[in-house]
Amino acid sequence: MTTSPLAELSTHVSQLRDRIDGAQTLEQLLEDEVFIIGKRSILSTLQKSLGALAPEDRKDAGAQLQGARREVEGVFAQRRASLERAQRALAIEADRLDLGDVVVAQVALPLAVGHPGIVAATQRQLEDVFVAMGFTVADGPEVESDWYNFEALNIPPAHPARGMWDTFYVDLGEPETVVLRTHTSPTQIHLLEDAVAAGTLPIHSVMPGRCYRRDTPDARHLAAFHQIEGLVVDRGITFADLAGVIETFTHAYFGADISSRLRPAYFPFTEPSAEFEITCTICRGAGCRTCSQTGWIELGGCGMLDPAVFAAVGVDGREWSGFAFGFGIDRCAQMRHQIADMRALIDNDVRFLRQFS
Amino acid sequence: MKIPLSWLRDFVDLPESVEELTAILDDLGLVVEGVEFVGQGLDDVVVARIDEVRAIDGADRVRLVTVEAGDGPLEIVCGATNFAVGNFVPLAPVGAVLPGGFAIARRTMRGVTSNGMLCSAKELGLSDDHQGLYLLDEIIEPVVGQSLLVALGVTPDVVVDISVEGNRPDAWSVQGVARDLATRLGRELREPTIVAPDETVPTASFAQGFIDAPELCGRLSVSVLRGVVVGPSPPHLARRITLAGMRSISNVVDASNLVMLELGQPTGVYDAQKVAEQTLRARRARPGESLTTLDGVTRHLAQPGRGLGDTGEDCVIVDGEDRVMGLAGIMGGAASEISETTTDVLIESAFFDPMTIARSSKRHGLRTEASSRFERGVDPELALLAVARFVALLRESNPEMQWMSAPLDLSGALPVPATMTLSEADIERALGVALAASDVVTILEGLRFVVRGRGPWEVTAPSARLDVRTGAAGRADVIEEVARLYGYSRLPRTTPSWPEPGALSERQRVRRRLRDTVVDLGVHEAWTPTLGNDEDYDLLAPGGARVRVTNPLASDEAVLRSSMIVGLVRAWAKNADRGLGDVVVGELGTVFHHPDVAAHPRRTRGGAGGVVSLTLPEENERLTLVLGRDGDDARSAVAMWGAIATRLGIHDVVVRSRDDVARGFHPTRTAELVERGTNRLVGCVGELDPRLVRELTTAQRRLGFLDVDLDALFDLTLDAQLDHFVTVPSRFPVAIVDLAFVVAQRVHAVDLAEVLMAAADVVEDVTLFDVYRGESLPEGTRSLAYNVRFSSPDKTLSESDVAQVRAALIAAARGLGAELRS
Repeated sequence: MTTSPLAELSTHVSQLRDRIDGAQTLEQLLEDEVFIIGKRSILSTLQKSLGALAPEDRKDAGAQLQGARREVEGVFAQRRASLERAQRALAIEADRLDLGDVVVAQVALPLAVGHPGIVAATQRQLEDVFVAMGFTVADGPEVESDWYNFEALNIPPAHPARGMWDTFYVDLGEPETVVLRTHTSPTQIHLLEDAVAAGTLPIHSVMPGRCYRRDTPDARHLAAFHQIEGLVVDRGITFADLAGVIETFTHAYFGADISSRLRPAYFPFTEPSAEFEITCTICRGAGCRTCSQTGWIELGGCGMLDPAVFAAVGVDGREWSGFAFGFGIDRCAQMRHQIADMRALIDNDVRFLRQFS
Repeated sequence: MKIPLSWLRDFVDLPESVEELTAILDDLGLVVEGVEFVGQGLDDVVVARIDEVRAIDGADRVRLVTVEAGDGPLEIVCGATNFAVGNFVPLAPVGAVLPGGFAIARRTMRGVTSNGMLCSAKELGLSDDHQGLYLLDEIIEPVVGQSLLVALGVTPDVVVDISVEGNRPDAWSVQGVARDLATRLGRELREPTIVAPDETVPTASFAQGFIDAPELCGRLSVSVLRGVVVGPSPPHLARRITLAGMRSISNVVDASNLVMLELGQPTGVYDAQKVAEQTLRARRARPGESLTTLDGVTRHLAQPGRGLGDTGEDCVIVDGEDRVMGLAGIMGGAASEISETTTDVLIESAFFDPMTIARSSKRHGLRTEASSRFERGVDPELALLAVARFVALLRESNPEMQWMSAPLDLSGALPVPATMTLSEADIERALGVALAASDVVTILEGLRFVVRGRGPWEVTAPSARLDVRTGAAGRADVIEEVARLYGYSRLPRTTPSWPEPGALSERQRVRRRLRDTVVDLGVHEAWTPTLGNDEDYDLLAPGGARVRVTNPLASDEAVLRSSMIVGLVRAWAKNADRGLGDVVVGELGTVFHHPDVAAHPRRTRGGAGGVVSLTLPEENERLTLVLGRDGDDARSAVAMWGAIATRLGIHDVVVRSRDDVARGFHPTRTAELVERGTNRLVGCVGELDPRLVRELTTAQRRLGFLDVDLDALFDLTLDAQLDHFVTVPSRFPVAIVDLAFVVAQRVHAVDLAEVLMAAADVVEDVTLFDVYRGESLPEGTRSLAYNVRFSSPDKTLSESDVAQVRAALIAAARGLGAELRS
């Protein structure tokens, strides 16, 4: 009978553990890895020698050896982690910089030219046009309750009109009570409620902002997009005023040769409602593929505020009347700069960004 | 909605020009989304009889067919196989040009000559059927050589595809569109041909109807047709169905669909023998009930709905044994379907509550032609008129059929027609123009509104206009109708003005200045995703409550971002991989904090009626920059902040290093931006943890960052502006002294600078210009060297004055434990 090749196993293991503990740096440990748990480890040599054992002994011995290997590997991994931590701690410590002591004059910032996002740049141009026309600008939140996004806008719960918007619901409150706003219109409700509470009607405001629709992105749509909404509530405001404001804006923003027209449409929060179209900016009205040969392209929706909206926010419709309009900021940018694929807006490729100033 | 103009012409005379017509439709808000010319190019196509079919040597996909089309045998190569000798098929002879511009020429292949083409229905633009040749003998009595158009009784047609708005249930039919056109054009609106019930046995002797749920089913009529022969529709009716974009199924089902398309009333048809006791009953579905609808799907009924406002209610039609026959107003069940053996037909023509249908349809994910109409509101008075039209249409193929007398007509709760007053002044107040009273009345009466009085008018909406409301809201609805028919394009435009000036808010102005500043400093503004995933956000702040979207488009776009850093690093990395990494990317955007962890959660109202109190996430506007240019690090980030702060006139924010830096940030190169005095946190600056950079990028580079809370920043800039008075600089010479102090590590350089600033009235400016650490200095200290500039507003400072100031500076510094370095 020969002695088992594993007779000395515990001694080997203890030697290997010593060797692991002896490594003082990560480099040293990794250099030694092949001798400790790698091909040239005593454990691998023993593994090979198991072949000589009788089959009935081989299983036990194998298990024994496997246990030893696991133990050594565990110790190795621990040591490795601890040396890595130590090394990182050293590197981090060597990096230490008291940022309060930075001598700004000694930091050479490269002379560089940056670029605003095209959406922000477009939004600013639009705001400027409206401010010049006498509008203020209001911001609103992106997460809204269904009251602001829908019901106060005359779209009651479960009403089929809610299907006009593919809505992202937020996991808060009862199901379907919190949404990512599907349009900027909820900001109208905030403005109206605030103005009624503070007694500060009239309102002449535009409301730009990010909105969301649960729509798979393609060349013309993104799930997140930007709208600008206009709201005028004052005494004696008429549909003719709405048409006039749209026309003034169209000339001011798109150019003197681009005009607007309204055609009947349906929005729950306005009555009468209209889509507004502008002269096709590609063919200047001559007819082309973009406008399906009509010479017109759809820009947005508008209308006189529905009495139900006034009722929801407590505005007296006998004294006040008003209109609202809304359209896509991204779409304006797309039309003005002829961006073939909207997805370029979220690619953040600096070669794209550098084209706007 | 696709409407063939030939159908529309049954109701109203149309302008000759299609362009003119589509312009009118657009202007009426019936937007034409497409125009299709059909049956054009069929003038040369004739009926041919198949006389012989032979194989062609060496060809296994085509055969040689000999046909007779009146001028003697013609040999034609044909690839279809669905015919035999004796069938009649359409032949496009040589020289014909088919729809789509396909010109037929004589062709020779494999030694045989083809003298024309035998056509499928699709090739002729007559239907979508392309499963072989159009077998004419299955639908008509064909005559060899006859023009196909004559044989089928079809004429070339134009189909307009109209998009009908959600508030126009009345326009969702051929007659509805015709009504608008007749009113606009001032032409007569013709009524459809209808028939009366036959004076036979009363319906009640054969069938019964009940309404158990009057709120869900406002009207239920049951008619019985006896002696029906189910078969194909006559060609001109089948063609109408096809042109309207539906499939012709059988004369009975087609009649039902034709009536729906033409008048807007969906009807349900049942094989009377498959309906127990020939009884139709409308009731609420009970929990546990189910139904296999015609599409083969088993629907579990009356399940509580998850959606807001969904009661879980379903209205069903059951038979005399209380078996569910159909989901009312949405889809019938398979069990009572019309088949070839059907002889007695029950017609259900009803009014269902629009909201009930809308909720059921949404909950079951089942939107049909019927449900789309019912959920918007079908004219409650249409039910029996629609059946009269149904019978008239079916009688074309069933002259012997009987419509039993006195159809059952049961009432539940029906909507009351809307009423409102309307005056000329109301119209002028809304539209900004006075319209002639006669124009208004003509328009409203054309649309079947009842107008009483001489103004103000008492107006009653027609039963078809369930969208029109009562009172003030209804007045707006009616004014829209007047404006729409009058023509939006004819209305005037005025430019309103008001005394209040247009302006940006202070915050908006600062935001613009901030954006301009960072752009001037070289930042490229990115737009990174608002919706991301836990793995990404865990890189910065593991765990914690996050704002989630219930129904994301993709599982990795389900969480609202709580930081823009990861998005920006990814955006930078993508550019770096393209060799464009020498860039600072930044975003001015909103991040979201879950109400459970937010410092300022937003309280608002929501739920049905807006009566539920809700706590919404905090929306925090931030400016975040990632500096990735060659050589960028924490220092350049600090310098960037310094430039921004200076530009915005912010002086009271100090950079303070911290010992416990959050995950993802460099532990010894991250500092807070803190407002001195209030200790309010304004943001963070420094470098990103090299580990994070390794994880997200392939670059071996330090990435600096700046992350500023704009809510805090805006408050600071507003303060800065309010207190801003300009100092006129002294005209006397300036003195400059350099002072280096040995200062304990814990003392901030800005704090010492501030002390020096305050040491004497004459001090104008204190600038740190050197920091030294070394062995020559005591443990835990460093040397800070400042450049102090001062001048007096009213004299030239003498040497002793300067010495005095210097002494004051040194004394002040000592207050912080700083000693002049020797």
